[in-house]
Amino acid sequence: MLETIKTTEARPASDESKWMRLNLGPSHPATHGTLRVFVELDGEIIRNMKLEIGYLHRCFEKMSETHTWNQVIPYTDRLNYVSAMMNNVGYVMAVEKLLGIEVPKRTQRIRVIMCELSRIIDHFVAIGTNAVDVGALTCFWYFFRERENIYDLFEAVCGARLTTSFTRVGGLYKDLPDGWTQWCRKVLGNLPRSLDDVEGLLTSNRIWIDRTRGVAPISKEDALDYGFTGPCLRACGVPYDVRKAHPYYDYDKFDWSVVTEDEGDTYARYLVRLGEMRESMKIIEQALDDLPDGPVNVDDWSITLPPKEEVYGSIEGLMAHFKLIMHGIKPPAGEVYSYTEAANGELGFFVVSDGTGRPFRVRVRPPCFAIYQAFPQMCVGQTISDAIAALGSLNVVAGELDR
Amino acid sequence: MQETGTKLGESKCPELLEAFPQAILSVDDYLGDLSVSVRAADIRPIVHFLKETPSQCYEFLMDLFGMDYEGYAREMPGRFAVVYGFYSYSRKARLRLKAFLTQHEIDSIHDIYKAANWFEREAFDMFGIHFKGHPNLKRILCHHEFKGHPLRKDFPSNNYQRLRTALPSTEL
Repeated sequence: MLETIKTTEARPASDESKWMRLNLGPSHPATHGTLRVFVELDGEIIRNMKLEIGYLHRCFEKMSETHTWNQVIPYTDRLNYVSAMMNNVGYVMAVEKLLGIEVPKRTQRIRVIMCELSRIIDHFVAIGTNAVDVGALTCFWYFFRERENIYDLFEAVCGARLTTSFTRVGGLYKDLPDGWTQWCRKVLGNLPRSLDDVEGLLTSNRIWIDRTRGVAPISKEDALDYGFTGPCLRACGVPYDVRKAHPYYDYDKFDWSVVTEDEGDTYARYLVRLGEMRESMKIIEQALDDLPDGPVNVDDWSITLPPKEEVYGSIEGLMAHFKLIMHGIKPPAGEVYSYTEAANGELGFFVVSDGTGRPFRVRVRPPCFAIYQAFPQMCVGQTISDAIAALGSLNVVAGELDR
Repeated sequence: MQETGTKLGESKCPELLEAFPQAILSVDDYLGDLSVSVRAADIRPIVHFLKETPSQCYEFLMDLFGMDYEGYAREMPGRFAVVYGFYSYSRKARLRLKAFLTQHEIDSIHDIYKAANWFEREAFDMFGIHFKGHPNLKRILCHHEFKGHPLRKDFPSNNYQRLRTALPSTEL
């Protein structure tokens, strides 16, 4: 491995009156979202950094209280819009926990496949745009070619590419179309080539290493203290992954491993994401091999819509349909916290029901919020270009950050 | 139902009950979620205990948010609460702490968990809960000129406000 050149050297600070004060964003090509970063620069070294967020706040939590439980699902698409499926799954899992129901095995497997495909495209965006920010455009195209293919898969199951709204409380919007699994295997078969290409272009690339190794590091202790989860935490050597620590949907039955690195810097975060994509592919293949037949919705008309033949053919079906559309699902009064491993870390939903058709409270625990909070600490003392490289590696998605 | 939930919950956190017998209002275990309601005045020693005691060892403050129980189906010890979600990676254990407020204020825990800083700002922004000792208690998600605290139950969801000035960099 090549020797790393230190990008920043400890330099004594110059007179504070000579520092330059600069706004980056809220609309800036390197922020990939509306984030305002205010920096005080001593030459090129960042001496002080302040953040302003909230530009993309769309009142998710307040709006949830005015809709029925199922009507919240489209709002969850717009949290982490890079991997919308995972938010859909995370939210309905919370409501299902509140209802005390378990979805059929087939639905669990399909949700796992969708989540892992979303994790792959999320990591594509994270690594791809991170590389673009430091001047490597090629990797971006190699990844986005495959990302389009995965979006085609999503489009085939739910009609939408980005904002999927695929899950329903107690099941799915629809079962997989015919031939989807073969198609999915074909798309998966093409992924290793793009991963190998990008790995070949970046992993031992002198410029990439110089730009990322030792850049914006965070210690294990600080990462825990700030509430880091996901790839950013695993890059600090903490092997916490909800899928392993608290398995849901049979994640413990699949053969895969948690990827960790020890350095906690931008390069380590890149390596973790790269490794995770290969693990996700393993999980998808196993889930496709073990996809049982059967219905995708729970057989309870107070939770999932009755089949159309029943709605038009029987009074019970019609009534159940009407009740569910007009009044919604009515979970018993209570509060639960449910958490899944999303692409950026632990995505938690704290849902409270008061027994009516609308949520009393929906609280999201966005992984980005905790991670982005540490950004000034990670960047002070480094250069602007290091901060740009670091921001991409944290994969801050403004939709999730601001909700 | 409620009774067994309480008993089950108490058996899950004996040390906490022993250390703070006065502060704890109730313990509940609903669907596997351990939830402890406490008095707001004792929040700092309790949080300190949860982080530093080897038998507790909650490394993560996963979440911190406000709650407004106005109009809730069940009787609650107060209208406003601050909810803390702790997670111990080494013990694979979770604990939800609910601090019920008597006034609109509670001690900040930003110096115990660094994660608390922004989460407390958010709870201030959304519910108007004042965190005593917080270094930068300002709105975080809403615009700085926004009036009201939107997640309170008496705040109408169609309250639109026209706001356009950017926050000066000196006030960040």
